[in-house]
Amino acid sequence: MTSEHSQPTNKVISQSSVQDTPDGRIPVGKTMPGEQPMLSVQNLKKVYHTDGGDIEAVRNLTFDLPKGQLACLVGPSGSGKTTLLKCISGLMAPTEGEVTLHGEKVTGPPKSMAVVFQEYGRSLFPWLRVAENVELPLKNQGMDKTARREVVAEALEAVGLSHVPKSYPWQLSGGMQQRVAIARAVAYKPEVLLMDEPFAAVDAQTRADLEDLVRGIWKKLGVSVLFVTHDIDESVYLGERVIILSSSPTIIQEDLLVDLPDERDQLETRSSQRFSELRHHVYEQIQLAKKGFRPEDAVANANA
Amino acid sequence: MTYIRTVLHIIALPLILLAIWFVTTLGETSFFVPTPQVLVETFTETWTSERFVSDVFPSLGRLMIGIALSILIGIVGGLLIGSFRWLRALLEPTLEFFRAIPPPVLIPVIMLLIGIGDEMKVSVIVLGAVWPILLNTIEGVRSMDEVLADTSRTYGMNKINSIRYLILPSAMPQIMAGIRQSLSIALILMVISEMFASTEGLGFAIVQFQRSFAIPEMWSGIVLLGLLGVVLSFIFQLAERWILGWYHGLREIEQAA
Ligand SMILES: Nc1ncnc2c1ncn2[C@@H]1O[C@H](COP(=O)(O)OP(=O)(O)OP(=O)(O)O)[C@@H](O)[C@H]1O
Ligand SMILES: [Mg+2]
Repeated sequence: MTSEHSQPTNKVISQSSVQDTPDGRIPVGKTMPGEQPMLSVQNLKKVYHTDGGDIEAVRNLTFDLPKGQLACLVGPSGSGKTTLLKCISGLMAPTEGEVTLHGEKVTGPPKSMAVVFQEYGRSLFPWLRVAENVELPLKNQGMDKTARREVVAEALEAVGLSHVPKSYPWQLSGGMQQRVAIARAVAYKPEVLLMDEPFAAVDAQTRADLEDLVRGIWKKLGVSVLFVTHDIDESVYLGERVIILSSSPTIIQEDLLVDLPDERDQLETRSSQRFSELRHHVYEQIQLAKKGFRPEDAVANANA
Repeated sequence: MTYIRTVLHIIALPLILLAIWFVTTLGETSFFVPTPQVLVETFTETWTSERFVSDVFPSLGRLMIGIALSILIGIVGGLLIGSFRWLRALLEPTLEFFRAIPPPVLIPVIMLLIGIGDEMKVSVIVLGAVWPILLNTIEGVRSMDEVLADTSRTYGMNKINSIRYLILPSAMPQIMAGIRQSLSIALILMVISEMFASTEGLGFAIVQFQRSFAIPEMWSGIVLLGLLGVVLSFIFQLAERWILGWYHGLREIEQAA
């Protein structure tokens, strides 16, 4: 699933072109035969029933997330990314289709999943101090005090916040608050980490730091990460794989492999030839999505 | 320096009022309005003697129990009603009805039902003071931040921890606002409940003084009530600052932004 040197020059494989690839390449993003997918989303559909009528936020999504992968989901605003994450994390039941984790259907928030929300200001407990925020899920799990203290200190260290355990979240900058939320997720030691546009509201410099932080943590912990963003550059820089969503009602526009070197660097990676090719490609696909080009039939065939 | 200024701000108006009172009663000997000197004398005479034990103590005791029960019932009931939509739908119209009944009119009924003892007086206090706390708690639970609730759910928070670390603190600003309203209601009802079929208590004493034309004593009772109100609100503010420290800090930062 890592580097694919034997492949032809154009390594960007779209799902829509799967069935007519002459050399029978495995559709990127789909789980390889024999490998048990960690997380699997099948024919997921979500319709909101509101007073003003039904809103079809997600039409039909199918993809797998293998163990240890860092996948980015990009899609235009309103394309149902948050809706999708809420279904995956068991906060909301899908209208149709299902989400399975280790082959088991997700019906409520699974123990081994952690979510980092976009609204950091609203996802941290303002009445708890930084360390207490990180500690609470562990306390709830019944971990004993000394172990808790150790794990919390470690997690805060990992996000570079060892110096503010006694502060309240609202006393910190936006970037620092999001670090606290990440530390809380890290301390929880999940198998799957879902992140919903976690850096949308922080400045560019902080954002770059946080991106590297996420990659560092991902490598260290070996978790599977599903990272939602609407930032094309971010998705290509961060991910091993980018799943592009169409605009609403949402389906998968394309699912592609990011074949950039494993060691990423804000300056070098972003200025590399391959990076700009990939981002160009993603950009094009999103433009297509906005124009209403939908590889719907192709996806339906591929899923059949 | 700012400390001195704060103190000045607090005592300025009382001093002015005292001065006006002093000047207007100067040389006058109205039977119904004592001069400040007389009032101060009467105050110390009346309330430092055994009356403190026989009248003030029981009143304070009933007030405290009434407030404590109101807070307990209000918060527990509010958490329950606020947590279950169907329960709220079932109870809210009825609650509005009971809340609309002025508690003093219930005194004769309660007297018939449970007698004229302390239970009656505490019940009257609770029946009046519980509403702001109950309704505010319901509202506080309802207005829970969705993202915070989702966060707790994804971390699999159990019921007890959810109440302890999520629901209660998040509703706390509203609960405290409710308690603040309840304190003054409780004080009023403490006095009123003692005016009926009573043999001791602050309200009883004041009515007693009035009937026996002990006018300065009556006034001194009213002053004592006022002071009691001030002390109550002071204690409340201390508690609030301690419990809601995070909330005030957060608000300050939000407003500065
Ligand atoms: N609770 C809800 N009730 C009704 N409609 C909703 C609800 N939540 C989202 N929607 C609708 O579903 C669609 C997808 O919303 P969603 O928040 O999932 O998109 P998103 O991709 O996360 O957008 P953004 O990039 O702005 O965060 C939108 O049209 C939105 O209006
Ligand atoms: Mg969203």
